[in-house]
Amino acid sequence: MAATPTGMRRFYGVLAGVAVIGVVVLGYLLARPSRVSIPANVTVQASDTAGFRGYIKGSESAPIEITEFADYQCPFCQTFATLQMPTIEERLIRTGRIRWRYRDFPLQQHQFARLAAHSAACGHEQEKYWEQHDRIYEGQSEWSEARDAGPLFRSYAEGNGLDLTRYDTCMESGKYAGRIQASIEEGARLGVSSTPTLLVGDRLYQGRFDSDAISRLVDSLAPRTATQ
Amino acid sequence: MIYRMAAALLSLLGLFLSAYLYLYKIGWVGTLACGAGGCETVQTSQWSRFAGVEVALIGAVGYAGLLLASLASLQPGLAGRRWPSDLLLTLAAGGVLFTLYLSFLELFVIRAICRWCVGSAAIIVAILVAALLDRRRLPAAQMQ
Repeated sequence: MAATPTGMRRFYGVLAGVAVIGVVVLGYLLARPSRVSIPANVTVQASDTAGFRGYIKGSESAPIEITEFADYQCPFCQTFATLQMPTIEERLIRTGRIRWRYRDFPLQQHQFARLAAHSAACGHEQEKYWEQHDRIYEGQSEWSEARDAGPLFRSYAEGNGLDLTRYDTCMESGKYAGRIQASIEEGARLGVSSTPTLLVGDRLYQGRFDSDAISRLVDSLAPRTATQ
Repeated sequence: MIYRMAAALLSLLGLFLSAYLYLYKIGWVGTLACGAGGCETVQTSQWSRFAGVEVALIGAVGYAGLLLASLASLQPGLAGRRWPSDLLLTLAAGGVLFTLYLSFLELFVIRAICRWCVGSAAIIVAILVAALLDRRRLPAAQMQ
């Protein structure tokens, strides 16, 4: 049975009302400013670093240290982190041949690189640095195109089992902005201008690397022993 | 006609819900309002894509299709016709099957529940019920 004209008018009125409310709510959510931003070019205080010189993976007694200056939003860094690092970790870090030091070097043209570095630093606070580091790199294609990467980093933190209340407090405080800036300044002093850049001894290596090239470099600096 | 009206209203609600989840997924809205639920776990899992397409986008397209079909079925000339009812039923049944698959993933693979997904499941089931009732109301003689 067809509805009466009055019934149809009432129905279309309700439908239009729901549509308007829905559009207004979505519009509000879209217009809401991002909750977290990490300030750039902050003045580095001594307390920002307090002896901190990067995130370390590997044995303190390893004969060679490789320092990587990297940017979470740099595609080459992403490829290096996801494709090459697992092999480097297995062949060189776990075998005690090298120690890896990761330093943040977010480039200015990458709008979320500093936020990503801060998110990983907040993971470090809860002893989940490498988990957050790896997840951020894995998700690079997802968050680098986002309008606001913060919620995605937060979801990675949740997936990594971080206490989200502590994570939110950490992110909102921007407490590691100085530490990130200190890392950038140190890299710049050493001559780092692009990412990824590796510092081995006092030499900088820029460009694309693969695990074989790094193995050869390590072999040339510290030949394998019988047990390695 | 009341069932087709209900289907249209529910489809509109489902469309907004899916649009919200999709806008979150592409990073256009902040954190999901989810209480203690695992919305972010579900939405950022590998299962949040189906055949390379965001599940939320598939939902939005599906609800948009249901909305158009139900609005078309409300036109005076189609009130007693069977095919709009069949179309609604087919779309809603497809939606329910897809929802069952996603709910299985939530419960047994991802092991996290997204409240918004539960809301969408309730909406699509309600649309299916409305479509079934609409089909039942049509006398057999008018069904051909």
